[in-house]
Amino acid sequence: MWKKKMTPSQKRQAIWGWAFITPTMLGLIILNFYPAINTVYQSFCKTGDFGKGNIFVGFKNYSSVFAAAETWQSLWNTVKYMLVEVPLGIVIALILAVLLQKKLAGKTLFRTLYFLPMVCAPAAVAMVWKWLYNQQFGLINNTFHTNVAWISNPNIAWISVGIIGVWSIIGYNMVLFIAGLQEIPKDYYEAAEIDGASGLRQFFSITVPLLSPTTFFIVQTRIIGALTVFDLMFMVMDKTNQALNKTQSIVYLFYTYAFTNSNRGYGATLVVILVVFIMIVTFFLQKLEKKIVFYN
Amino acid sequence: MESISRNYRINKFFTYLVLILMAVVMLVPFVWMILTAVKTNQEAISVNPFYFLPQADWHWENFGKVWKSYNFITLYKNTILFIFFRVLCACLTATMAGYAFGRLEFPGKKIMFALVLIQMMIPSQIFIIPQYLMVSKLHWMNTTAGLVFPGLVTAFGTYLLKTSYQGLPKDLEEAAQIDGCNIGQTFLFIMLPLTRSAMISLGIFTALFAFKDLMWPMIVCPSAETTTLSAGLAKMQGQYGNDYPTMMASAVLAIVPMIVIYIIFQKQFVEGIATSGGKL
Repeated sequence: MWKKKMTPSQKRQAIWGWAFITPTMLGLIILNFYPAINTVYQSFCKTGDFGKGNIFVGFKNYSSVFAAAETWQSLWNTVKYMLVEVPLGIVIALILAVLLQKKLAGKTLFRTLYFLPMVCAPAAVAMVWKWLYNQQFGLINNTFHTNVAWISNPNIAWISVGIIGVWSIIGYNMVLFIAGLQEIPKDYYEAAEIDGASGLRQFFSITVPLLSPTTFFIVQTRIIGALTVFDLMFMVMDKTNQALNKTQSIVYLFYTYAFTNSNRGYGATLVVILVVFIMIVTFFLQKLEKKIVFYN
Repeated sequence: MESISRNYRINKFFTYLVLILMAVVMLVPFVWMILTAVKTNQEAISVNPFYFLPQADWHWENFGKVWKSYNFITLYKNTILFIFFRVLCACLTATMAGYAFGRLEFPGKKIMFALVLIQMMIPSQIFIIPQYLMVSKLHWMNTTAGLVFPGLVTAFGTYLLKTSYQGLPKDLEEAAQIDGCNIGQTFLFIMLPLTRSAMISLGIFTALFAFKDLMWPMIVCPSAETTTLSAGLAKMQGQYGNDYPTMMASAVLAIVPMIVIYIIFQKQFVEGIATSGGKL
């Protein structure tokens, strides 16, 4: 239909355009869209013997997932991890970013240091933190002469893992904040200076509102990142850890079911529930964005 | 006047105090990693007295031992191949699609681009089970192809490069067309070189993501011969978790190359992350 109306130049563009997007679109369909639908389908199936074949079972997986206490526990664990990582990671990063705006000697050095954990494999990071947290021989207990079971006491293990998360993410958040801060026009601060506003006043009246789009972006990406946490948990909490139940995230539980126990139907159900949960959270965040974020 | 300069000095003092304290917090795990790596296990687990430094000898040979016994050469090779092909595929497909979405008009463009945006919003965990089944059906388990597979194309990269192409001035294209370039030539010789910084961002982002990924390599490359550094570490921890100097030496070996690359290309790393934002 549209072919007849096209000029030769439009036609050329159409041909080149489709040729250029075809690899990506094919890839997205095969690697992402089909798998997403397939996962939803598998959540209604039971994996056959030896991990082969799917037997349709309707909502049976969903009823067992919802009935299992560990599902709710791990969802709650994930939320608790998020409540440690996201606010602390953001507030500390913001303070550092603001301090690094000043004229200081060694600014680059500090920035390099804070960003360092970002280029390290979480597996290695988790290994060294596990060693630092070691109850008997660890650096932390021996330096402060304490005897805390940082990662095997169910009441505090989630905080300990959260702290590793904060340590790992500060540099990333900070770099985004620095980029956001550089976009705030300098004259605002100069004008405030003339009016005699204090540094703290300037921070809350200029920096906070004008930085809110950046802040919101970081909050949103970090919330989703925290809700899908896996690497740190997997490396720090081994299978025999007595705090595992009170700490493991929903993605950890998904990994255990789908790949360790080869119960793919059950694993698929868990991941579908996680995605729905994230979508609900994203929906509310978008609503919130319109209310609190200041765009000029 | 005096009070202002005093205030200024106090202010500066606290700024440095906070920055230095944080620097110490960031550094301690790295320092401890290295200090443990050069101890004997005896020293590492001695509580009374508690040693910060190795006694008498610094056992640098620990690194050599770990290097040999855990086949780090293979782990490095696997990781480098994995990263190389991920970056290559991502840059290649994303720059083409990004150019088409950013500069060309064609029917169906809006819908196709909507699909790209939708993919970016879906958490990637939902793709993993079927991706694993495909890799297993293709007999790509324990191969680089299997590792690279989910990263053949990138919605995020497409979006990033589309934005970059959109920002280029229009007259460049027109001038090229007048000179007789077709769309392919205009893209390859005129426009592509101008998006260099976005490509570098995407490359760094892809490489970091691949390097840090743990779950996918564990799933498709369970064998120690074919796995990556990250997943290799997880394997070692499972087997030798109580030999702390060995563990720390392997952790150091796993992260040092990326840290060196980061320190050399610092500016590109920081800018790459800042401009791409992304979902690491």
